[in-house]
Amino acid sequence: MKKILALVLALCLLAAGICTAVAEDVTLVIAHIGPQTGPAAVYGLATYRGAKIAADLINAGSFGVKIELLNEDDTHDAEKAVNAYNNVLQNGAQMIVGTTTTAPCIAVGAQAYEERVFMLTPSASSTDVTADKDNVYQLCFTDPNQGAASAAVISEKKLGTKIAVIYNNADAYSTGIYQTFVQKAGELGLEIVSTSTFTDETTDYSVQVADAKNSGADLVFLPIYYTPASQILIAAKGMDYAPTFFGVDGMDGILTLENFDTSLAEGVMLLTPFVADAKDEATQNFVKIYQEQYNEIPNQFAADGFDCIYAMMYAALDAGIQTGEAPESVCEKMIAAMQQLHYTGLTGDMTWSANGEVDKVPTAMVIRDGVYVGLDN
Amino acid sequence: MIFLSNLVNGISLGSIYAIIALGYTMVYGIAKMLNFAHGDVIMVGAFITLCAAQYWNLPPFLAVLVAMLVCTVLGMTIEKLAYKPLRQATSLAVLITAIGMSYLLQNTALLIWGANPKIFPSLFSLDAIRLFDGQLIIKPETLITIVANIIIMVALTLFIARTKMGKAMRCVSEDRGAAELMGINVNSTISVTFAIGSALAAIAGLLLCSSYPMLQPTTGSMPGIKAFTAAVFGGIGSIPGAMIGGVLLGIIEILGKAYVSTELGDAIVFAVLIIVLLVRPTGLLGKPIREKV
Repeated sequence: MKKILALVLALCLLAAGICTAVAEDVTLVIAHIGPQTGPAAVYGLATYRGAKIAADLINAGSFGVKIELLNEDDTHDAEKAVNAYNNVLQNGAQMIVGTTTTAPCIAVGAQAYEERVFMLTPSASSTDVTADKDNVYQLCFTDPNQGAASAAVISEKKLGTKIAVIYNNADAYSTGIYQTFVQKAGELGLEIVSTSTFTDETTDYSVQVADAKNSGADLVFLPIYYTPASQILIAAKGMDYAPTFFGVDGMDGILTLENFDTSLAEGVMLLTPFVADAKDEATQNFVKIYQEQYNEIPNQFAADGFDCIYAMMYAALDAGIQTGEAPESVCEKMIAAMQQLHYTGLTGDMTWSANGEVDKVPTAMVIRDGVYVGLDN
Repeated sequence: MIFLSNLVNGISLGSIYAIIALGYTMVYGIAKMLNFAHGDVIMVGAFITLCAAQYWNLPPFLAVLVAMLVCTVLGMTIEKLAYKPLRQATSLAVLITAIGMSYLLQNTALLIWGANPKIFPSLFSLDAIRLFDGQLIIKPETLITIVANIIIMVALTLFIARTKMGKAMRCVSEDRGAAELMGINVNSTISVTFAIGSALAAIAGLLLCSSYPMLQPTTGSMPGIKAFTAAVFGGIGSIPGAMIGGVLLGIIEILGKAYVSTELGDAIVFAVLIIVLLVRPTGLLGKPIREKV
């Protein structure tokens, strides 16, 4: 009799629990931190706008979850990012989507690790972001990942037989990709005929391009940002040199560079997880909303921000996070839930390893008539 | 052929250094101060040219004239506000002020034109010269830069040697106190020097950004430092010295990158500077100055 009573009681409690869950949505307070003024503003604005669209869609839907999105500008400065982090926690944030850029993310991550606050960064790609911190997760590829993936794509699609690499040896991002590229290229038997470097202060790229040309390279791998890449494309044109150029996610942005002759970028290939003219419904819907609200085509950072919010929402549902739950307990539950999560978003199919790195397949794109199209199309 | 092609690229880069170095050497030779803001005046000149050509749709020739005018006014204003009050101060104080001015200009440009780099449109619609079946390509910008360099160098040398103002400049350079006693207006002479130096900066800005078409607020700083090196290399204060120093520096940089290592390109440039200064402390064409005790 007692047992039955206990069972009935338990069932009642469970029913009550379900009832309250149905009756009232859980509210998650998520804070976005990223640069929205200053030189890196383009990235932080994009991740915030993407996250905002995701939060609006979730709030309009019936997931049983409402998102309250806080936002702080860190101007791509580590110190300001830590201040922003302290601010949002005081304002009731339960977890962080951010920070957008690497250096601030390392600083904020260290403090969040001490204080046990869960973070999912849309775009800070260095391995230092997640190293030795179980609470920081990445939604973008890590830098080394991109190098290996580029070599794999070049080998698989037979894009070039003689490869030249031009990279920025004063930049951790570029050097990191270069090293893993060389390693993977060696394993796959790709022939690298020319390797040259430049720094942030370089004005003249003629030597690097001439070296690639004179070594007979038919593919030039550029694990660099789009600004020096534009100069390399211009220098190559000046030498009547037209190999295949292959870039990574830093190449994203070359088409919107002011005054840049986009015909020079024709045929340039790049690895990027997101492409705005993809045919799937989710992407088209996102691009449409983004264009209506911000009057521009979203880049991969915006898609990363969007995916972050959805991934966090699903993980929070799995973990059973409650309204007003303290960040410390949210953190432990989210860490466990993220490792089980399988999420398909705008930037691909994603799962996460215990060290916080994402596992997803990059897509190779090629620029045709001034827009990205899939390499396979 | 590859060597020849590298040599052409070296001369192309070197002639840009030379034209910037002319501004440094001119101001140093006469006012005896290092105007570290010169590189940033070049950047301002390039931005003005870009705005004039693109937003106000002026023809290239007029756009450069507008930029020269703006830079002249800017240069004279900088001189009046920042350097003139320090005429009696130590040279170190002037140097620090010049560096401060450089940062002020960079950050003002950041406020006005933003941080996003812009591609400088090509204003010379000429075809490249292709020699030996297209193995050797000479860009029109290179030729224009070299010609502009020679014209400016000759004009400046004549101006300083032949005109009354030039004579006053030489006097101020030689002994400022004595020049003042002889009735030369030192302030207006230095002011004119800055005006000429800044007008040259506008031309240098156009040529720099035509050859290397990337424009952002920091564009002038590294070429400025290299050009300063070139001016010291050639003998600071000497106008033909700046020209020779600039071209040599460009050639050394490109050949060093091509035949030694791209990573060591800049290190080689500065190592050569050290060696030259050890052997000839006044630079290649510098006049040795005897210190009177």
